[in-house]
Amino acid sequence: MHSKASLGLKIAAIGGLLFLHLPILLIFVYAFTTEDKSYQWPPPGLTLQWFEVTWNRPDVWQALGLSLKVASISTLIAIVLGTLCAAAVARSKFFGRETISLLVILPIALPGIITGISLRSAFNIADIPFSTWTIILGHATFCIVVVYNNAVARFRRTSSSLIEASMDLGATYWQTLRFVILPNMATAILAGGMLAFALSFDEVIVTTFTAGQQQTLPIWMLEELVRPRQRPVTNVVAMVVVLVTFLPILGAYYLTRGTETVAGQGK
Amino acid sequence: MAKAVRSPLSDALWRRPNLLLLLLITPPLLWLGIVYIGSLFALLVQSFFSIDEFSGLINYEFTLKTYGELLRASNFDILVRTIAMASAVTIGAAIVAFPIAYYAARYARGKWKAVFYLGVMLPLWSSYLVKVYSWKLILAKEGILNWLFETLHLSWVLEAYLSIPGIGGNSLSVSWTGTFLVFLYVWLPFMILPIQASLERVPPSMLEASGDLGAKPGQTLRHVILPLALPGIIAGSIFTFSLTMGDYIIPQIVGTSARMIGQAVYQFQGTAGNIPLAAAFAVVPIVVMGIYLTLAKRAGAFDAL
Repeated sequence: MHSKASLGLKIAAIGGLLFLHLPILLIFVYAFTTEDKSYQWPPPGLTLQWFEVTWNRPDVWQALGLSLKVASISTLIAIVLGTLCAAAVARSKFFGRETISLLVILPIALPGIITGISLRSAFNIADIPFSTWTIILGHATFCIVVVYNNAVARFRRTSSSLIEASMDLGATYWQTLRFVILPNMATAILAGGMLAFALSFDEVIVTTFTAGQQQTLPIWMLEELVRPRQRPVTNVVAMVVVLVTFLPILGAYYLTRGTETVAGQGK
Repeated sequence: MAKAVRSPLSDALWRRPNLLLLLLITPPLLWLGIVYIGSLFALLVQSFFSIDEFSGLINYEFTLKTYGELLRASNFDILVRTIAMASAVTIGAAIVAFPIAYYAARYARGKWKAVFYLGVMLPLWSSYLVKVYSWKLILAKEGILNWLFETLHLSWVLEAYLSIPGIGGNSLSVSWTGTFLVFLYVWLPFMILPIQASLERVPPSMLEASGDLGAKPGQTLRHVILPLALPGIIAGSIFTFSLTMGDYIIPQIVGTSARMIGQAVYQFQGTAGNIPLAAAFAVVPIVVMGIYLTLAKRAGAFDAL
């Protein structure tokens, strides 16, 4: 076996990475184009004016506000439920443990449209009107797994003798939780939370079924994709969305770097 | 002394670990049980109702008629088309993903390891809609791909390709090839990561042994590396297959007017108001994924997740 990669393999690997990144970089170029009627390439000229136009659009701000609100609340719910679930599954073996891991993973293992239409028909049957909370209900459900995955990996690495030692030395459960368990878990939970936030901020398929007339930022983009009204504004929003989602991903990466499981390997 | 400091609750939890377990597991279980399983159940129930053809109202009586409608030619085509697309995307993704995963697992070291890692992670997590949008830009008639073909004086190749019935069309953005490319692009990272994880567990000594015993690199790849990477490939295929099968946005934005399951579900529950048929359509991916997951579990794919 050669210890150096063959040229063909190198080309295939680097080519694959370029294939993954060039389309996203293309968006960055389009955000500056002067052309506003078509997707003409190469751009006839470059300008910054669309950033100002986008800044003054109330519908974009409204959609952004709703997205941030939904993502924050869903993330908080997912952090609580995902951590609890991870604590239970990692700490003890009990009947039905496998079923619970499956149950947590199911909302993202099944296609989003299934989750979407299931929630829709449940809202229908139960006569629940659409609101911000119906969106959050859906988002929190599929965000639990992201937090769970990160937390369960960290729980498994945290030695249980630490907790026993703390209790033996007279700490109550709450003191042990506060001074031993939480500091150990913090970065994993935070990383999971950041990924959950990114997932919720970007979600569109489930949201179309649970939002009614409300517009989150992805729904706003979807409308623009299906019926383009002002292409340059869409270009700018797309670029900003890419930049905004990169931050939590990089954050989660640096928080869990060097541990045996790095956050974000499963979406 | 210690006893006095401890609260009775702490004592109770320590003596009965099951009580603690119950406290931990109840909130997430209630949430998932009510919100998710409850909703899935609501969906399943709806698929056994039918729609009255004259009044358009839902007839709340148990019937298998709605499932029977799935077998009607126009509906059955949708199922076949979707499963064919999901299979094509899965195979395409495995072929493109393997070299990336192999290089990242075996040759990338130090700084390059991080480059490959983030190079897969960032596209995986960046906005789905933005990724689809970027392909709308690429495939547009006045877009970069056509420009590239024209600049290289290769437009005739593209036109010859687009004239092939079935996969071609008026332009790439309204052809099945276009839909396939976007699916491949969007789900590719889901295939790379599990393959890379399974390849990282292959000890280099095993590859050396294969070489020492006289195998050519191609033989080592076929008889040693691929079988060991198979669980990873199957794990990745679960994602690519399931995600393609349920998607309704990509075929709506890039592709022909022929529908896939996701679009059918969306239209039947929305404009057509035929929730029972939409529900029956949605049950198909659940059943297909159920079979797929059972087979994958037998092949040991879950260890590679």
